[in-house]
Amino acid sequence: MDFSLSPQIEEYRRELKEIIARVITPEVVEEQHRSGTFNSDALNLALARGGYLERAVPGLGKGDPVELWLLFNELEKAGAPYDGISITMMIAGVVNAVGTDWQKERILPSLLSGEALVCMGYSEPDYGSDVASIVTRAERDGDEWVINGAKMWTTMAQAAKWLILLTRTDTEAPKHKGLTMFLFPMDTPGITVDPVPTMGTERTNATFYDNVRISDQWRLGEVNGGWKTMGVALSFERGVMGGTSQSVQMLREFRRWAEAEGLMADPLVRERLVRVAIDSEVAKLLTQRSAWTAATGGEAGLQGSMTKVFATEAYQKASRWTQEMAGAEGLLQFDEPDAAADGWVEYHARHAPVTTIYGGTSEINRNNIAERHLGLPKARR
Amino acid sequence: MNLGLSEDQLAIEEAFTRLFVRESPPAVVRAAEPLGFDRSLWDRLVDMGAPGMGVAAETGGDGATLSDLVVVAESVGHAIAPVPLIEHIVAARAHPVDDVVEGATIATISLRPARPDGTWRLVPAGAIADVVLGVDGDELVAVRSPAPGEAPRNHAAAPISDRSARVGERTVLGPAADFARALSEWKSLTAAALVGISVAALQLGRDYAMSRHQFGVPIGSFQAVQHGLADLPALIDGARLLTHKAAWSGDQPAPGICNVDDADITDFDCLAGMAFVFAAETATRSTDRSLHFHGGYGFSEEYDIQLYYRRARGWALVFDDPSRECLRLADGLFGPVAVGAA
Repeated sequence: MDFSLSPQIEEYRRELKEIIARVITPEVVEEQHRSGTFNSDALNLALARGGYLERAVPGLGKGDPVELWLLFNELEKAGAPYDGISITMMIAGVVNAVGTDWQKERILPSLLSGEALVCMGYSEPDYGSDVASIVTRAERDGDEWVINGAKMWTTMAQAAKWLILLTRTDTEAPKHKGLTMFLFPMDTPGITVDPVPTMGTERTNATFYDNVRISDQWRLGEVNGGWKTMGVALSFERGVMGGTSQSVQMLREFRRWAEAEGLMADPLVRERLVRVAIDSEVAKLLTQRSAWTAATGGEAGLQGSMTKVFATEAYQKASRWTQEMAGAEGLLQFDEPDAAADGWVEYHARHAPVTTIYGGTSEINRNNIAERHLGLPKARR
Repeated sequence: MNLGLSEDQLAIEEAFTRLFVRESPPAVVRAAEPLGFDRSLWDRLVDMGAPGMGVAAETGGDGATLSDLVVVAESVGHAIAPVPLIEHIVAARAHPVDDVVEGATIATISLRPARPDGTWRLVPAGAIADVVLGVDGDELVAVRSPAPGEAPRNHAAAPISDRSARVGERTVLGPAADFARALSEWKSLTAAALVGISVAALQLGRDYAMSRHQFGVPIGSFQAVQHGLADLPALIDGARLLTHKAAWSGDQPAPGICNVDDADITDFDCLAGMAFVFAAETATRSTDRSLHFHGGYGFSEEYDIQLYYRRARGWALVFDDPSRECLRLADGLFGPVAVGAA
């Protein structure tokens, strides 16, 4: 195996680091944690100007999956707010893969220029992991559809221009076969956004759809083919678009603080930090492997399931360890004097629990691995 | 970047897998206990040129890279082959004398320095090797003396034995610091063998879960069993990638770097230690889960998983506790503890 990056890719990474270092000031990070919106328009525009956003769209052919991996890897290591663009680039990939020319012309330029974000309306109050059972209805009315229902965890709805929405269009068909996907403007009349604050600071939302009327031209993929469209998105999400290197920034901040506090001589601290560094390296290599697999024409979705379970569980363990090692100071939040690692320790301990839940829970991913990788029968539950 | 095996490596993998499937099935592994050595299997490896394959061509070997050798080592682990191929390959690279390169004489390395009385304690393959390399005081030496031919009864049925760093034909190879390279090579190859053990343990566990029926269905259809097994592929793939990265860094002419802050680690000694720790934990966990899902049969001598379970621990602990290896790694990753800081 050859783990080196080509000179062009090294150059790409160097330019990325420069942009991130220039745009992601402490004020930007502070604003992210103050507002709960993990997005930076300034960053998105700077990345778009350099052509990095269009290169990051899966399947668009402007860049490759290795660049995609490095983009989110560098953003995550820097602690930069990237949730807005990771969803947006993923959905741009879906539009590119299954959208009509009309949709591509109207939607893609705004996404690739860094001017607009997409939010996702998949989960509902009563359907999360069992997302194929959702009940938000879209009913046909001539050339239009009328949508009624409610969605949960519509993160970034407060900032997004676009919404991708999974709806039920056939109540008689088996659950996976009666779903249809739409992608349309968030300012369409009839949509309400209610904030849902989380213990991890990041704001998410409940969204409500009351006789939302849209043209059939906003339908993404076939009528009753929504599950297939959704599969395109998930195959990207569980690959290389962030979420596997969160321990790196935490370790860096913790270590800086631990040095100053004289904790780095403690063997209990040293051993655990090495284990965190090893897990980080493994998570990095698994993600790098997915990028390489995708770049060489392979199917990286199942690898993504494995990587996600490993990386998020390792991050949870690491965030628990760093908080425990910090002791009482690890309880203090941002801006409090004496907060361990300026509050990062406490923040990560608060953020980590969600990572094994969103984007496919560990249990759903383990089902996937058991059935599709190990060839075990459909589970008895 | 290329995270696949080269054509040569695929050929190496196939050749060794074929040999071990034929010549080192579990019956051979069992028959080799308690010493843990099968002479005729070793002779077959000598016929193949395996003992000297990692030695440079100028000194009579085949010039295989560390990246090639981890492929060999994974097959050794997969078959838990009762031959000291990993130790011998490392010793031959550090001390390529003719009979060792050929494999007519078995060589090994002492992972720990000699004690003050000159004893290398519990040397891996020490029971069967006539040449032992290791550190004695501030020197790296090779000592040629007759192998005892027997080992203390041990967990892994491994041919370990105490050896003397002073008695025998003693050659000084260099300062003690020269041993670091050999030790990192051993860690990388042992990590690969532990990956092989993990792969085999998962296969055994998966196959047993499909064939064993309880409550009228295969136990592999129960989610609790599925999830226990589903944790393993990521660990195994991760351990393999880390092991290959260590080997890759060891094959580079220029030294690497160790930048933890940016998760950019290409230093051979760091990566070899990290691979050793992670592969040791992976093998421990894989054999643990697999044995457990075998139920009582996993604990019985009749089933093969116990052979893997014992070696998963023994092949790593003959060097040291992975947690202590973490403390050594901390010096490389974070810098040593400042004097007077503790």
